Amino acid sequence: FPAVLLCPGAGQDVGRSCILVSIAGKNVMLDCGMHMGYNDDRRFPDFSYITQNGRLTDFLDCVIISHFHLDHCGALPYFSEMVGYDGPIYMTHPTKAICPILLEDYRKITVDKKGETNFFTSQMIKDCMKKVVAVHLHQTVQVDEELEIKAYYAGHVLGAAMFQIKVGCESVVYTGDYNMTPDRHLGAAWIDKCRPDLLISESTYATTIRDSKRCRERDFLKKVHETVERGGKVLIPVFALGRAQELCILLETFWERMNLKAPIYFSTGLTEKANHYYKLFITWTNQKIRKTFVQRNMFEFKHIKAFDRAFADNPGPMVVFATPGMLHAGQSLQIFRKWAGNEKNMVIMPGYCVQGTVGHKILSGQRKLEMEGRQILEVKMQVEYMSFSAHADAKGIMQLIRQAEPRNVLLVHGEAKKMEFLKQKIEQEFHVSCFMPANGETTTILTNPCIPVDISLGLLKRETAIGPLPDAKKPKLMHGTLLMKDNSFRLVSPEQALKELGLAEHQLRFTCRVHIQDPRKEHETVLRVYNHLKG
Amino acid sequence: MAAHLKKRVYEEFTKVVQQQHEDLSSKKLRLTKPSKSAALHVDLCKATSPADALQYLLQFARKPVEVESVEGVVRILLEHYYKENDASVRLKIASLLGLLSKTAGFSPDCIMDDAINTLQNEKSHQVLAQLLDTLLVIGTKLPENPSVRMRLVEVACKHLTDSSHGVRNKCLQLIGCLGPVEKGVAKEAESQAAKDVQKIIGDHFNDQDPRVRTAAIKAMLQLHERGLKLQQAIYGQACKLLADDYEQVRSAAVQLIWVLSQLYPESIVPIPSSNEEIRLVDDAFGKICHMVSDGSWVVRVQAAKLLGSMQQVSSHFLEQTLDKKLMSDLRRKRTAHERAKELYSSGEFSSGRKWGDDAPKEEIDTGAVNLIESGACGAFVHGLEDEMYEVRIAAVEALCMLAQSSPSFAEKCLDFLVDMFNDEIEEVRLQSIHTMRKISNNITLREDQLDTVLAVLEDSSRDIREALHELLCCTNVSTKEGIHLALVELLKNLTKYPTDRESIWKCLKFLGSRHPTLVLPLVPELLSTHPFFDTPEPDMDDPAYIAVLVLIFNAAKSCPTMPALFSDHTFRHYAYLRDSLSHLVPPLRLPGRKLVSSAVSPSITPHEDPSQQFLHQSLERVYNFQHLDPRGIQELLEFTIRDLQRLGELQSELAGMADFTATYLQCQLLLIKALQEKLWNVAAPLYLKQNALASAAAKQILEETYKMEFMYSGVESRQVVIIHHMRLQAKALQLIVTARTTRGVEPLFGMCEKFLQEVDSFQRCFISELPHMQGSFVDKLLDLMPRLVTSKPSEVVKILQTTLRQSTFLHLPLPEQLHRATANIIEPTGESDNPLRFTSGLVVALDVDATLEHVQDPQGTVKVQVLYPDGQAQLIHPKPADFRNPGPGRHRLITQVYLSHTAWT
Repeated sequence: FPAVLLCPGAGQDVGRSCILVSIAGKNVMLDCGMHMGYNDDRRFPDFSYITQNGRLTDFLDCVIISHFHLDHCGALPYFSEMVGYDGPIYMTHPTKAICPILLEDYRKITVDKKGETNFFTSQMIKDCMKKVVAVHLHQTVQVDEELEIKAYYAGHVLGAAMFQIKVGCESVVYTGDYNMTPDRHLGAAWIDKCRPDLLISESTYATTIRDSKRCRERDFLKKVHETVERGGKVLIPVFALGRAQELCILLETFWERMNLKAPIYFSTGLTEKANHYYKLFITWTNQKIRKTFVQRNMFEFKHIKAFDRAFADNPGPMVVFATPGMLHAGQSLQIFRKWAGNEKNMVIMPGYCVQGTVGHKILSGQRKLEMEGRQILEVKMQVEYMSFSAHADAKGIMQLIRQAEPRNVLLVHGEAKKMEFLKQKIEQEFHVSCFMPANGETTTILTNPCIPVDISLGLLKRETAIGPLPDAKKPKLMHGTLLMKDNSFRLVSPEQALKELGLAEHQLRFTCRVHIQDPRKEHETVLRVYNHLKG
Repeated sequence: MAAHLKKRVYEEFTKVVQQQHEDLSSKKLRLTKPSKSAALHVDLCKATSPADALQYLLQFARKPVEVESVEGVVRILLEHYYKENDASVRLKIASLLGLLSKTAGFSPDCIMDDAINTLQNEKSHQVLAQLLDTLLVIGTKLPENPSVRMRLVEVACKHLTDSSHGVRNKCLQLIGCLGPVEKGVAKEAESQAAKDVQKIIGDHFNDQDPRVRTAAIKAMLQLHERGLKLQQAIYGQACKLLADDYEQVRSAAVQLIWVLSQLYPESIVPIPSSNEEIRLVDDAFGKICHMVSDGSWVVRVQAAKLLGSMQQVSSHFLEQTLDKKLMSDLRRKRTAHERAKELYSSGEFSSGRKWGDDAPKEEIDTGAVNLIESGACGAFVHGLEDEMYEVRIAAVEALCMLAQSSPSFAEKCLDFLVDMFNDEIEEVRLQSIHTMRKISNNITLREDQLDTVLAVLEDSSRDIREALHELLCCTNVSTKEGIHLALVELLKNLTKYPTDRESIWKCLKFLGSRHPTLVLPLVPELLSTHPFFDTPEPDMDDPAYIAVLVLIFNAAKSCPTMPALFSDHTFRHYAYLRDSLSHLVPPLRLPGRKLVSSAVSPSITPHEDPSQQFLHQSLERVYNFQHLDPRGIQELLEFTIRDLQRLGELQSELAGMADFTATYLQCQLLLIKALQEKLWNVAAPLYLKQNALASAAAKQILEETYKMEFMYSGVESRQVVIIHHMRLQAKALQLIVTARTTRGVEPLFGMCEKFLQEVDSFQRCFISELPHMQGSFVDKLLDLMPRLVTSKPSEVVKILQTTLRQSTFLHLPLPEQLHRATANIIEPTGESDNPLRFTSGLVVALDVDATLEHVQDPQGTVKVQVLYPDGQAQLIHPKPADFRNPGPGRHRLITQVYLSHTAWT
């Protein structure tokens, strides 16, 4: 039984995550993301690739969304409403709550600001969310009789989960994005020793080993503090949810401790709603927040206020969190344009930037940017990069592999060159085969499935009673009859089998004829033979 | 007399009642003794269903059984056991057998055979397990009987092949608890089963059930605890168990490996997949380090804790635990710690503004990177960043223990500890500050580290700030900028949290005395003196100014050139502070101040403490005053008391001793004064006016003696007897005064009787001490006792009066350690300008912060009294959790007191 896998979206690329898994005859789509760098058809995965012409609903058994980042769920309304899919979509409760807000925000930017047509509508987002089934952590959900899925904590953003997909005794674990080091608001990813046949792991930081988070935090605070003391403005482009909340908590506590007065702003709308959910889903946060929320919910910010567009021109120092995180559009780009000319100001990029975005350009050292309308923008402000994005680094990925003990590993969501290194390391350390398919490439993994067979207790006890105590680690030989009936296998004792099949017991007797040339009388001969045998 | 009689009657009455009660109960017991087992028997026979029988047994289990009847009960139970078909009832009986054999005084060897017999025929696994448990109880009750134990172990070994995990579990437990520990015994017995307990247990390390595996490891650990030397051979097995699927197995295996590493630290083990060999303790250390990144936090805590106690590990391995190679896109990157260090050594202080100073450096050979750390690599880096604060605390503790034994490691782990000061959980921060303090003699803080440390001073938690002050007391700072920084931050802290005053002053005292040379160049700046101009004199009551002076004066103590920099008012302030805050300001050799220096300088004699000498001398003088006239005695006493009180104020370590003796002398003085009153010579009608002093004196002596008895810690029985003696004298005095002032003899009867009783009880309580009290009041009194009992009250009073006058003054021997129990309320402060307002009938919470010194068992004894303006008083018992224990003999009470009052009219 081969598990077939195919990546219409993210293979060796960070952008659209979309993976199709066929496992024991079941087809599951993992994530349904979009690419931030493109504004044309390339931003969504090519779904026609999956079925060629058939209906998606017939082909897919379910869709699983790991977390609410747009590169993991951005194409969902397009996929379900415009392409057409009516099957179940699984995601965790926080993801289900926050995902539509982000989609709506994204739609607004694309449609209302850029004036694009042929894009999904608000109603489509709502309809799409109706198809979503929410799952709890560690809850085993039976999609149908054979297919079951189970979510594990991933720690990447609020509600991020890793999913185990299991059909019979074959299983695949899809990590989504995950983080092995806890941060200010989330815990670390955790999985039990489920020994899946295949582990599909992200590999954003395949070749990076990061410093301790405390140093990172200290650096960040120091940089912000210094700029603010100099009277400069700090722009922190973030995605509305995820890192933003971590950095907010960080700055909030720092401001409180140092008694600073400079204002901190957060671009409005989105945040308030999102923060509301952060306050709500306390069980998904880290130990500290869970322990102290009774006295004070850490997400009730005192120093952080809502941002208004007019504030950007205010004199004096300030810190602004603005969306989106890669400086490719929206408010963050607007503010960036305003502030870029002053060398007192600073922009801190707290996360990864996809190629093609303004964020990526300035991080790679470009000082002159060509903006829309052929304007040239000179960047004088300081550009800092702080790796706050909560992906597991190379060590973290290895640690997760160690925890889960998979038989095969497949790397996605990373850059080919870096993945090559990690692949080699994984094969060397764990002696498991490792794959790294390109976009649209199909990987087939041969598994060695075990077939469960029911055995009657009586037979088991009888057989184990013979001989020494069974050793759990070694196979044991036993006698019985294998019955294959209605797709199920049973091992029963011979008598039981006969009874069930309604057959009479036949005894085979093996005889052979021997000629003896003996002149004596019959009974004498018999006696002689008898005596001979007796002797 | 009547009262006394009544009391006695009452006492007897209650006694009688008690006796009756005892009689009754014992009678009842005796009655049931033969019938208890019988009743049980009847009950069990009556029981129609197993459920009924179970009910009876449960009821039976609730009542205690006395020793004599245990065996009978056991027999009955066993009898029913054999007859019973239901497994649950048999299970209960088995557990009852175990319970009964625990009965104190009962020797369970008689029922052992029966228990073993039942074991052989039992089919139910649960009952089997319970029976084995019973056997375990029996075995532990008979520690002196090796043959019994041997037999039990044999039985257990037989059942090890059982298919139920519960039974195997119990067997292993039994073997662990009862298995032979000495090699010799095992050989002697030569019994097959007990030949090698370790091997038997070791075989079950591979059991199919994780619970049995855990039990096997635990049994092994139990054997180790009982003194058996475990074989090194099981090390390999134990290492395999570290990769077990179940956390309890891994957790126990980590413990086992730790035990082995302590047993065979120096033996050599090979490294798999290479030809090298390393010491076992290093190998074990590596393995346990590996477990710090285990999936289960229970295991992680366990592993992190154990790391701390592996001090024999070689430094090479130890330092690896803090190692983490960073890389970015396959290029080597330096950690922030390394960068900070470089910045420091290159002389650039925390500019932090260098573009791309964390840019990746050299390319890394892809083959050389080891992503899964083999061995100890980065264990603490992981542990300190763990998700659960329990793990982080354990890691910090381990770091502390290892750093204490290795100075070079201490230096290395400093960066990490400093980082922990910014942990999000307060307990972790506190723990890391304490850790830092413990290792502070091995380290010197760099300036950038000091910066991070000092930033914590703004923490809003008082515990953290105080821990940090204590840390600063014993840190070494490397530069004068560092000292300046520390002072500035401490002063900031002082303005933000004025209640930290004492703690900050103390901190600066040590900071000054540790770094005199670093303070010296800062002095002109700190005192804001100017070479040409006179600067205004700072306010002497400003706590910040006092803080600066404390720092400077303590530095000046070992830096004789410093006083030359002082201006005139500084010297005046010195004299003032030396007097008012003598515990913070040391004696200084000041030029041109002969008076001060000559008075103080002799006190720097190193070996013999002069104040101690002074104390003893003055006491000796007092005890030899017998030949003096009364007037002289009084004066001597008064002077001595004054000296002692002053001494107590100056020398805090002698305060308890001085106060104690001063109080005693005060009592004596009062007694002498009272006896010299004129009233004894005046005619009766005039007493009334004059007795005030005598009775007041008696009262005061009583009060003082109670204080002496209860308010000092370290008071021994020798002192107690003298205190009681003094009290007795006071009571005698009281009696005499009352006798003189009251008319009629009726009330005197009761008083006399009571007094005589007290003398009697004194004699009983302190009979062993009496020989030391030759010529004392009580000594004479006891001689006259037969006469006193028979004579009339008026005669008694006369006798008392004369003995009181004739008795000698008892010498009060001083104990080694004597401290006065004190409570100092820091908050609320006495004279607050804004009174506390609250609505009548409602409750207001008042924060109370107090330090308690030398109070024994404060949780039980200390109460907070609230006095309302209308004179109403209320006693409040603080919660035990409100007491913290920052040091030996010191307690800190931080609590909230709830006030409420009805409206005043």
